[in-house]
Amino acid sequence: MRRILVGIKRVVDYNVRIRVKPDGSGVVTDGVKLSINPFDEIALEEALRIKERGGAEEVVVATVGPADCQQQLRTALAMGADRAVLVQADGVVEPLAAARALLKLVEREQPLLVILGKQAIDDDNGQTGQVLAALWNRPQATYASKLELGPSSARVTREVDAGLETLEVDLPAVVTTDLRLNEPRYVKLPDIMKAKKKPLDTVALAALGVEQRQQLKLVRFEPPPQRQKGIRVKDAAELVEALRKKGLL
Amino acid sequence: MSWKVLIVAEHDGAKLNVSTAKCVTCALGVAGAEISVAVCAVDAAAVAAQAARLSGVSGVLAVENPANQHALAAVLAPQLVALSGPFTHVFGPSTTFGKDLMARVAGLLGAAQVSDIMAIESPTRFRRPIYAGNAILTVEAAGDGKIVGTVRMASFEAAGPAATPAPVEKVAVSAQLPAHTRFVSVSAARSDRPDLQTAARVISGGRALGSAEGFKILYSLAGKLGAAVGASRAAVDAGYAPNEMQVGQTGKIIAPELYVAVGISGAIQHLTGIKDARTIVAINKDAEAPIFEVADFGLVGDLFQIIPEIERLI
Ligand SMILES: Cc1cc2nc3c(=O)[nH]c(=O)nc-3n(C[C@H](O)[C@H](O)[C@H](O)COP(=O)(O)OP(=O)(O)OC[C@H]3O[C@@H](n4cnc5c(N)ncnc54)[C@H](O)[C@@H]3O)c2cc1C
Ligand SMILES: Cc1cc2nc3c(=O)[nH]c(=O)nc-3n(C[C@H](O)[C@H](O)[C@H](O)COP(=O)(O)OP(=O)(O)OC[C@H]3O[C@@H](n4cnc5c(N)ncnc54)[C@H](O)[C@@H]3O)c2cc1C
Repeated sequence: MRRILVGIKRVVDYNVRIRVKPDGSGVVTDGVKLSINPFDEIALEEALRIKERGGAEEVVVATVGPADCQQQLRTALAMGADRAVLVQADGVVEPLAAARALLKLVEREQPLLVILGKQAIDDDNGQTGQVLAALWNRPQATYASKLELGPSSARVTREVDAGLETLEVDLPAVVTTDLRLNEPRYVKLPDIMKAKKKPLDTVALAALGVEQRQQLKLVRFEPPPQRQKGIRVKDAAELVEALRKKGLL
Repeated sequence: MSWKVLIVAEHDGAKLNVSTAKCVTCALGVAGAEISVAVCAVDAAAVAAQAARLSGVSGVLAVENPANQHALAAVLAPQLVALSGPFTHVFGPSTTFGKDLMARVAGLLGAAQVSDIMAIESPTRFRRPIYAGNAILTVEAAGDGKIVGTVRMASFEAAGPAATPAPVEKVAVSAQLPAHTRFVSVSAARSDRPDLQTAARVISGGRALGSAEGFKILYSLAGKLGAAVGASRAAVDAGYAPNEMQVGQTGKIIAPELYVAVGISGAIQHLTGIKDARTIVAINKDAEAPIFEVADFGLVGDLFQIIPEIERLI
């Protein structure tokens, strides 16, 4: 079966203004709005569009995280995914462990494509897709802004520092999404009801044989240095004058 | 413990990217480390010679292979893994080249990667931004395996020239290189304007510019100032500017002497990209726009009047 596996990570919503706890042990997440990582919504949207065009038959979403990530998986099912898998793990899951867990699912599900976000907007690591591709010994096409899927290969346009690069990769492959790949659909109310009946399997990370060893200890969290509030100038002439004085023009 | 850092050179086959010199400065933070630069290319001589002249570098490893024509992570990663044997750290730049490649190297090594290193506190302790730069996290690596890192470009100056060049050694690596990933094309970047990531002055436009046509007033002013032009995501999404001009959490992180934000509201994802700018100027018609909270100089008004006026005055 032509199947696409999509990684879904729960993150603090991008609209939330993050605050560091006074004791430096983390950021405040109590009562904060949690959402699907925006890049993963784009990943799911792309998978759904491929399926709707007939390029795939099934879209499976997967999360590695604590039990209450089910909520984000239900949202993904409401968006249109066919099935969900929650790999349950409490505590810190580093990209290597997340990728090892996803690899186990890949071995089980045999997808022709795995689509992940290019980065999660909380930890901003931007590693998981590449690590998975390395462990799987398959191609990676990161930062995708266009994806054309053929029978046995894919053409991917990537947003790179120089501009746009196009790669051709054999399938199966890992693709990570950039912001301009598509605009994710909104979830409609009836779909939320329907999603409740879709299958959501749970498996423990340890049951997959993946060790949750933390290689990087989180020593300290700090707020970033604040910029001094500046001054208002009244017109272009005053601005040019001020910049000249600072030697900037 | 003696530390050895391997830096992956970023280059276009002829010229070493300045990102490599910044990685060298970062690596100097690993106290007492011996620093080598790996140049993977078809013909490495020219780039290797440039790397050898960076102050702080003690050796250059040149790996020549026709498969290195284009920088494909899947092809480069096994070669770097083969080279990495004696090294304790493997660093690359936090550019799209380095971010794509280094995590694949980390995956092959089963190593932890520290992304976007902004400071080194000890050979195993690093500071990095998370949550779009709204928090700074210090991490400590166990130190029992290799440490892979990407270096945040805005946090380090480029290493200067060395008095005498370091030796260049040609190495043959035996690694199985995959054929499953093929380069097709890259859009030609415009070279007639200063590079966004290294320019001392940057003028960026937002949604308010209204069209690609609207951006012309910024190009005109930038031309006069010798400045690079950037854009907000909204401007890129709308097609007013190409993707490589995007500044921010998911675009480029820059640290110019002067940053001028024109018709940009100042969303946190945009501000992440300019936190290290020396002086920020904001021009916006909305006096309440969040960009004014970080601006050193704020000017409230219509950009379509103000920009041409500034151009006349300088
Ligand atoms: C400061 C900090 C605190 C943390 N606290 C916790 C915590 O309290 N609880 C906890 O469970 N973890 C925690 N983690 C681990 C963290 O949530 C990530 O799972 C891990 O660091 C992966 O990195 P990333 O999300 O930045 O991956 P990236 O490499 O940036 O992610 C890229 C893409 O990979 C996919 N992906 C990544 N992770 C997963 C996943 N888990 N499931 C499915 N797809 C995924 C997504 O498609 C994502 O868009 C913490 C990490 C840090 C650095
Ligand atoms: C996951 C994620 C990642 C993102 N990454 C980035 C990123 O990397 N970079 C980025 O920039 N954004 C990013 N964004 C988007 C960001 O949240 C904002 O939507 C975006 O920066 C807004 O762009 P803007 O300021 O041009 O537009 P707007 O917010 O619409 O602001 C336009 C401004 O122009 C002013 N204006 C209008 N007309 C005039 C005039 N005639 N003269 C003067 N001023 C005028 C208005 O007052 C307003 O302040 C990201 C968002 C998400 C969710």
